[in-house]
Amino acid sequence: MTQENFSARRENQAQPVEAEQVQVNTAGTSAGVDDLLDEIDSVLESNAEEFVRGFIQKGGQ
Amino acid sequence: MSARRLVGLETEYGIIRPSMPKANSTVLSAQIVDGYAQLVRDTGSATRAARWDYADESPLNDARGHSVPREEAHPSQLTDSEPTLESENQVWTAESIALDGNDARVGATLYQENDATDVVMNMVLGNGARLYVDHAHPEYSSPEVTSPRDAVLWDQAGDQVMRRAAASAASLGSGELLLYKNNTDNKSVSYGSHENYLIPRDVQFSRLVDGLTAFFVTRQIFCGAGRVGRGMLGRGAEFQISQRADFFEAEVGLETTVNRPIINTRDEPHANWDKYRRLHVIIGDANLGQISTLLRVGTTNLVLSLIEAGMSPKLELADPVSALQQISHDPTLQTSVPLHGGRRMTAIEIQRSYLEAAETYCAQRGATDPDTSEILQRWRAILDTLEQDPMQAAGQVDWVAKYSLMKSFTERHGVGLDDPRIALMDLQWADLRLDKGLYYRMAARGLMETLFSQEEINAAADNPPHDTRAYLRGMTLQRYAPYVVAANWDALSFSVPGARKISRFHMPEPLAGSRAQVGELFDAQLEINEFIDQLAQHR
Repeated sequence: MTQENFSARRENQAQPVEAEQVQVNTAGTSAGVDDLLDEIDSVLESNAEEFVRGFIQKGGQ
Repeated sequence: MSARRLVGLETEYGIIRPSMPKANSTVLSAQIVDGYAQLVRDTGSATRAARWDYADESPLNDARGHSVPREEAHPSQLTDSEPTLESENQVWTAESIALDGNDARVGATLYQENDATDVVMNMVLGNGARLYVDHAHPEYSSPEVTSPRDAVLWDQAGDQVMRRAAASAASLGSGELLLYKNNTDNKSVSYGSHENYLIPRDVQFSRLVDGLTAFFVTRQIFCGAGRVGRGMLGRGAEFQISQRADFFEAEVGLETTVNRPIINTRDEPHANWDKYRRLHVIIGDANLGQISTLLRVGTTNLVLSLIEAGMSPKLELADPVSALQQISHDPTLQTSVPLHGGRRMTAIEIQRSYLEAAETYCAQRGATDPDTSEILQRWRAILDTLEQDPMQAAGQVDWVAKYSLMKSFTERHGVGLDDPRIALMDLQWADLRLDKGLYYRMAARGLMETLFSQEEINAAADNPPHDTRAYLRGMTLQRYAPYVVAANWDALSFSVPGARKISRFHMPEPLAGSRAQVGELFDAQLEINEFIDQLAQHR
């Protein structure tokens, strides 16, 4: 799906009906999350296991 | 009765140097603070700073009316003296303590360091905040603010200070330092994000304990930051609501690093001791989301007002520590926890009791200021949403946003929460880099509701709030930093050309020193001697 399609979908759904507001947000969210998942490999650090293992902190409050 | 109150938020950030995994974290933290100090020296007036003054610290006073002997305290409780890089155990040096009285070296300011190896560990910023090395983490303590919205803004300003400091440190040769606004490494260690609330001294501490415990145990449902794994070691791959819940072991106590209590009793008001308490809250998660932060502070302010008025619900949990963890471990929010007497309530039900008490009281008292109205409205709305379907709160609540991103990831790739990339997402959610942090990537897509733009946050990293003593502190640093030898929450010490002694100006009233009160002094562009003279007349 193209970016325009996403935008159009969001606009169509964003009618000011309060009862439907929650649904609108949810639909917008899943579309946006899909978008983020498309690029997440380039955002996440490479070698997940090693990176997480290397995150060692000392005690704090 | 109001959602407004004097508040300050502290954040200890996780820190690593990826190219040097075994690097000493105290050293890395010092590089952050020193990096910022260097930036301040280089950029001039916009971002001024001075050394911290330890004279008014008393971390061993217990709000229950006694004091822990120094030799019996855990070394990490001795937060009233300056740490050095010499030792893991942080031996204290006398240097900054000497700045306390009238015997400081005249001219020994931040801008006249004699020794190139003298690393700055602790400073006061031009926005009124404190930036320092706390144990093994860089910490930002926000300036004092009076509204939940300002608490959000100057908390997020701290994230920006950290980003600038990391960039500066890297340019000074520290390598790339990565900072995380989270609370655990999942390898037994937790570090805090504390809240501080000003309370009249005449409110008995036992009333705070009675009124706050059930509230603190349950507020995580709208301000938890989310975590994968259980226990201090983060074992297993189950999602839980709070970063901090599994690190709490006691109901009430003075410690903050061991045997952590739900209610911390440190009695160190940083203000007029006879008039005020500072409630030091250690149970919260560090939030990147602005709405989670807003709700955390705003609802707590309202509950404190209820307690002060004797109107808080009487909800006594049978086992608060266990309830805290049981609630955290159930993202469906269906878990109910037992009260004394056998009745069971869910976290949402407990929060509704507090909300309804606050609504009733605000209606009776006609509390209709915009902050109070906003917090009451948002509190009700978020509980309604969480009750209907927790996942629908993804745009406002940090743990839900993180969880929904992880769930979408596992569905797309056909993997479980035990996939190594999920643990990485848990960590990278809190990465402070705007192009790498998953919170920021979601916010940039409009998936997280925000109250402030990055431009507003950047401005708050440079400028103090207008309506507390942080204004006087921050503006003094902006205008007169070369003459400020030390500063802390309730004092400013000046070394003036020609004077043989240090002038120390006390600020025991947190609401004094606002723009309304001292703004004209700064508008008048006074010489330092004149400024100090006129300031003295404001006492």
